[in-house]
Amino acid sequence: MSTHHVKVNVNGAVKEADVEARLLLVHLIREDLNLTGTHIGCDTTSCGACTVLLNGRAVKSCTVFAVQADGGEVMTVEGLTSNGKLHPIQEGFHEMHGLQCGFCTPGMMLSAVALLKQNPKPTEEEIRWGISGNLCRCTGYVNIVKAVQYAAEKMSG
Amino acid sequence: MPEVHGQMGHSIKRVEDARFIRGRGNYVDDIKLPGMLYLDIVRSPYAHAKIKAIHTEKAMKVPGVAAVITGETLKAYNLHWMPTLMSDTQMVLPVEKVMYQMQEVAAVVATSRYAAADGVAAVEVDYEPLPVIVDPRKALEPGAQVLRTDKEGKKDNHIFHWEAGDKAATEKAFKEADTVVKQDLYMPRIVVASIETCGIVAKFDAVEGQLTVWMTTQAPHAIRTVVALVAGHVGLSEEKIRVISPDIGGGFGGKVPVYPGYVIAIAAAVVTGAPIKWVEDRSENIQADSFARDYHMTCEMAAKKDGKITGLRIKTIADHGYADAACNPSKFPAGLFSVATGAYDYDAAFVEVDGAYTNKPPGGIAYRCSFRVTEAVHAIERMADNTAHELGMDPAEFRMKNFIKPEQFPYKSPTGWEYDSGNYGVALQKAMDMIGYAALRKEQAEKRKRGELMGIGISSFTEIVGAGPSKHFDILGLKMFDSAEIRIHPTGKVLVRIGVQSQGQGHETTFAQIVAEELGIPAEHVKVEHGDTDTAPYGLGTYASRSTPTAGAATAMASRKIRDKARKLAAHLLEANEDDLEWERGRFFVKGSPDKGKTIQECAFAAYTNHPQGMEAGLEAVSYYDPPNMTFPFGSYICVVDIDRGTGEVKVRRFVAVDDCGNRINPMIVEGQIHGGLTMGLAPALFEELTYDENGNIFGGTFMDYLLPTAVETPNWETGETVTPSPHHPLGAKGVGESATVGAPPAIANAVIDALWHLGVRNIDIPITPAKVWTVLKEKGMALEE
Ligand code: FES
Ligand code: FES
Repeated sequence: MSTHHVKVNVNGAVKEADVEARLLLVHLIREDLNLTGTHIGCDTTSCGACTVLLNGRAVKSCTVFAVQADGGEVMTVEGLTSNGKLHPIQEGFHEMHGLQCGFCTPGMMLSAVALLKQNPKPTEEEIRWGISGNLCRCTGYVNIVKAVQYAAEKMSG
Repeated sequence: MPEVHGQMGHSIKRVEDARFIRGRGNYVDDIKLPGMLYLDIVRSPYAHAKIKAIHTEKAMKVPGVAAVITGETLKAYNLHWMPTLMSDTQMVLPVEKVMYQMQEVAAVVATSRYAAADGVAAVEVDYEPLPVIVDPRKALEPGAQVLRTDKEGKKDNHIFHWEAGDKAATEKAFKEADTVVKQDLYMPRIVVASIETCGIVAKFDAVEGQLTVWMTTQAPHAIRTVVALVAGHVGLSEEKIRVISPDIGGGFGGKVPVYPGYVIAIAAAVVTGAPIKWVEDRSENIQADSFARDYHMTCEMAAKKDGKITGLRIKTIADHGYADAACNPSKFPAGLFSVATGAYDYDAAFVEVDGAYTNKPPGGIAYRCSFRVTEAVHAIERMADNTAHELGMDPAEFRMKNFIKPEQFPYKSPTGWEYDSGNYGVALQKAMDMIGYAALRKEQAEKRKRGELMGIGISSFTEIVGAGPSKHFDILGLKMFDSAEIRIHPTGKVLVRIGVQSQGQGHETTFAQIVAEELGIPAEHVKVEHGDTDTAPYGLGTYASRSTPTAGAATAMASRKIRDKARKLAAHLLEANEDDLEWERGRFFVKGSPDKGKTIQECAFAAYTNHPQGMEAGLEAVSYYDPPNMTFPFGSYICVVDIDRGTGEVKVRRFVAVDDCGNRINPMIVEGQIHGGLTMGLAPALFEELTYDENGNIFGGTFMDYLLPTAVETPNWETGETVTPSPHHPLGAKGVGESATVGAPPAIANAVIDALWHLGVRNIDIPITPAKVWTVLKEKGMALEE
């Protein structure tokens, strides 16, 4: 198994690691960098629990090799808060009760952030499609939709 | 009564959110210990096969692999079999044969996940395939191959027979009925698939003899006792076993059982001396963990011409897989299925269940429900609709006519339960008003004339939750009480520890609210801890909607003990007679002089600084609460569906859910639970099922084909409430986490059948997939084809 030296900007800080070619980005994040807010919920790229932003786009980090992120920028849930201030999407999830067990939440929030970047004023239908790559077993999505609407309003207002 | 922040009924925001929205939850897979090794499992490709040999040499040569564990390894410690909660036995690792596809065959321990997976790929197993039984009805046929050859003298695949009700009286009721409606209903095999899968980190300190495990479990104390009982002979002793259930990413019943992976990991930690982590992947979670449902029910309802129900009869075959690994209370092999008589008043019912072994994973657990209540509710609610249709009555009118009346409570059901309280007609009426029932029926009639297929389905269910009174309910002999321990610190701040455990329910918020309600201390001054057997009082855990009915009650009772002592302290401080003091939330005052009083915080301070001579210092209390009865939350749901004649797709246009769970502690959290529960009701109604071919190969073993609803398929749930407090619960609360999962499937199925009844369709088993509907439409000449 070949090893590779990767350099990734994670949440604003450059991190370096020697990794096997087959190492998944999610494992680089969780195990090598100890950022455990990014979760793993499946083995078929279906659940979105592992969603992070890679160069500004939402990706399922269980389906990206760490070497593919070399030289890139990754944002995880740990990077949402800036200077101790919550991101509007984090506020939205708390205010609108958009989470229960919290396991899907980091991935859900990053998908929402990516959606709002593309489409700052999404309709309910667009929000539902925008988060349809992320599964939640606890909330029934009603309050997640409200959380995204809360953030959209806050970010545009 | 003065208000205090966070008292019952306040929708305060959750305290646990702070860590979760920052990615700072602490789930099992987040735990990393120095020197930790990773465990991965070799699984069987066959559903039934003899194991001829397991070759581990190649695996041992894989870089990073530290050990390969087989059934023979465990046999040396007599740990290759383990008991199930239902007094059956289940393999940890096989020595002779495998009994289902994906069964654990061997385990590899290595320095990383990747090395462990490489090791698994290098283990070679020689199998000799055996004939497979997947259908429980075939398993029970005379002469069927006996699957459990490990059980000496076992001559068939029958596990248990269980029945409730009066057989003779029911036969008589059926003989005298004007109408008998009969329907076979199948509740498919499903899995809870919480987004976090199951896992464990096990650490054994050989010098101290101390075992610590972090585990995805809904019942840490019970696990500790079970480990002590089954592994006592290898030197594990209960005071040196610590089970920690950290943050859990959803439970829904799937994290009650003890899976072989947990046991192998513990064994590996003891044998290797290194901490071991095992986290299953999703495919393993779906294909090997405990399933739910799998009930083949033959249902009959007897009624009079005027629409009065007179009897119910249900005969069920339950597929348990190769072992009865259900998580029911010991005396209830079919759980609480006998609540199947539902919300209706009649005298005669007889329900029976026979359990069967097959070559499938062992189970079956609940799927967000209280021990087989979903199966019961599906049976009665589907039968109510079919009977109403058969009699030409509106299903709402039929229900109104048959409901148990409010003045009949406490109501003795024909299968022996005592329903605590209910007001069913009001809930149904409210749902009908919210959805505009009459207008929908009109719209349906018009659409039908145009050939459009629209249906309206109702489900008016009653649940039975909060297990339970210790005279009936135990798990492996452990009585199903629950507990709370409260300490008031000198400054009036509080630590609460409870015997139940959260998997997303928000206990850290709601249990603080119970204390706020009872003691008048603001919820933000109350810290709630749970899930660590070294610190939490003994309890049976969270499942079957039992947290609020049991530990919630214990928290209220412990608070009241504290209030009793605080009254003595207040009397001492005020130099008054105890009996002359009155309580208002947060404060005692002298009767008649409301300004002469002491707050609970002042009493707390006095408990440590100025307690009367002869009184023990401190302000603490413990309660072990043994509920006098179960609680019976209920609700009425109405669902509107449109059926696409071109694709067979069922679209849920609207869904109104009126729930009555008694008094609500935090209405925001209750509503959130209902949303989630409804979605887990929608799931098996339309999407989810585990199916097998005749060789026991599973179809749909990953999230690619076992379909959880996404935000797109999930409708915008509309909720309403009525409030009928439980008369015996100290807070009047009943529990709500599962009502919606129980009540929703028949509402959806009834809506589909309602849309198709005029075509002669009487049933489509859930999940009602486009393919099934399309086939029916085609048969009836209603399919639109290009
Ligand atoms: S872990 Fe499920 S999509 Fe990545
Ligand atoms: S909050 Fe539990 S999976 Fe979404």
